[in-house]
Amino acid sequence: MSERSGLGRVVRSSVFLAGLVIVLFWVGCALFGRWLVPIDPYRDDLLNTLAAPSAAHWFGTDQLGRDVFARVVVGAGPILSVAPAATLLATVAGTALGLLTGYVGGWLDTVLGRLIEVLLALPLIVVSLLVLVALGPSTITVIAVIAIIFTPLIARTVRAAVLAERGLDYVAAAELRGESAANIMFVEILPNVLPPILVETTVRLGYAIFTVASLSFLGFGIQPPSADWGLAISENYGMIVGGYWWTVSFAAAATASLVVGVNLVADGIQAALE
Amino acid sequence: MPHLARQIGQRLGLSLLTLLLLSIVVFAGAQVLPGNVGRAILGPLADPAAVAAINHELGADQPLVLRYLGWIGKFLLGDMGQSYVFRSPVAPFVGAALLNSLKLAAVAFVIVVPLSIGAGVYAATRVGRWQDRTISIAGLSLTVVPEFVSAIALILLFGVWLRWLPISAAIRPGTDWLEQLRRLIMPALPLVIVLFGYIARMARAGTVAALEADYTRTAVLKGLPQRTVIFRHVLRNALLPTITVVASQIGYMIGGLVVVETLFRYQGIGSLILMAARGKDLPMLEAGILVVGALFVLATLAADMLQAGLDPRQRAR
Repeated sequence: MSERSGLGRVVRSSVFLAGLVIVLFWVGCALFGRWLVPIDPYRDDLLNTLAAPSAAHWFGTDQLGRDVFARVVVGAGPILSVAPAATLLATVAGTALGLLTGYVGGWLDTVLGRLIEVLLALPLIVVSLLVLVALGPSTITVIAVIAIIFTPLIARTVRAAVLAERGLDYVAAAELRGESAANIMFVEILPNVLPPILVETTVRLGYAIFTVASLSFLGFGIQPPSADWGLAISENYGMIVGGYWWTVSFAAAATASLVVGVNLVADGIQAALE
Repeated sequence: MPHLARQIGQRLGLSLLTLLLLSIVVFAGAQVLPGNVGRAILGPLADPAAVAAINHELGADQPLVLRYLGWIGKFLLGDMGQSYVFRSPVAPFVGAALLNSLKLAAVAFVIVVPLSIGAGVYAATRVGRWQDRTISIAGLSLTVVPEFVSAIALILLFGVWLRWLPISAAIRPGTDWLEQLRRLIMPALPLVIVLFGYIARMARAGTVAALEADYTRTAVLKGLPQRTVIFRHVLRNALLPTITVVASQIGYMIGGLVVVETLFRYQGIGSLILMAARGKDLPMLEAGILVVGALFVLATLAADMLQAGLDPRQRAR
């Protein structure tokens, strides 16, 4: 019956597969888009600004005359590097912290608990704004801020999973054998808490994309002249009243499809592992 | 009920500690700001003596601990400091913005709470069928769409093509309340879209659990009509956890307000925080964030108390 559990069930979930197709499509655009688009996404064409969609420009042009289709395809890149990078950093740090607080406990556990409550008392966007104002917006800062905010949140999930494991016989056996604490945490316990970590990571990735997109829209995320979707919407939304819907709609639809895709993947994994 | 009193005392203590840490985090975060305050106000070409003078005048040349104590002490007395940009007290700005945001948040909650609880309970009575799956997957997908994305779709649909609703929520003096309300519908909708999935999911989970509980089976076997079973036995138990979710979303809501208020040019606390962030208006930024955080801590506390008050098990234990 091993097929019915774990990976087999994940792969068979139609929700998961639908999400995966969407995510892989955008990953493909992010990796190879630069060579697939017919027009340079960064080239201005000031004689041809705000042109409606046509055979020459499938999604029209923006206020600088740049080709919107090319920019939407290439625009998958920035967000799909910043958000996963931040999530990965937070997962590594959060896992280590969660193992420590769950297994060793003590004052570190108490401090982390308080810290999480404070972090949760502030909306993600507002905390990020504060730090980004302090340090100045840049891609590295955005990654660092999101990673730092996510670390205790992931640590909390890992900690809960570790607490459930540490009372089990195999941990007691390892302790009796005289294994070091580091060994017990990373060799004995870690493999057994990987499923909840995987779920937490995919869920966090969704939030990271949401946050990066919102920060870029607010002007504190990915900076010009990037083709990032949130940035494109921020640069052009003032003009939709004038009827130039193509400058923002395609970037908006792309953002929506990506976050929904990641979320379907996360939900598929979660449903299969529970 | 000495136990309940102790529980409330503990919860209050935790909230106060959270607020204290929050204020330190906000203050520390804001002090990391590059360069010095006087330089930020006077610009890069100003005379160093003038910069030093303005730093002294603002107290920006004192040790951090003293500055923190002075800041938080005045803050507690209602003096939130002077805006660097407007050169006038911060408090009136924060107060007016907060009032506007509360109006917007109220409109969003009035729309989303009945809608999502209704959808969640309905899904729970159709568990596993297509109605349940549609509500669950739609809610889940809508929840993760950033507000500025759904706002763009709404603006294009209702503002530009159908022309049903105004696309700016800016309130001019003298606008009557009905017009204000009309202008708030579109900014409220992106918040509704994000919140719908969360609340509906909790309402559904709570209802499913309550439907499977022994007391529900007893009520059904007793021969009570389905209506009575749902309203008297199921909903009362199912909606308890939902209250906490609704309150916990107030924190999210404020983050969402930053985006939505900016997009719809509405003068609330969210756009105030963003304006302060863009203008590096430290006192305004600190005050905005601290007020928002305090509001959230209070809302969570209120939700915990409400839940304890509604749940006889928590009262007795």
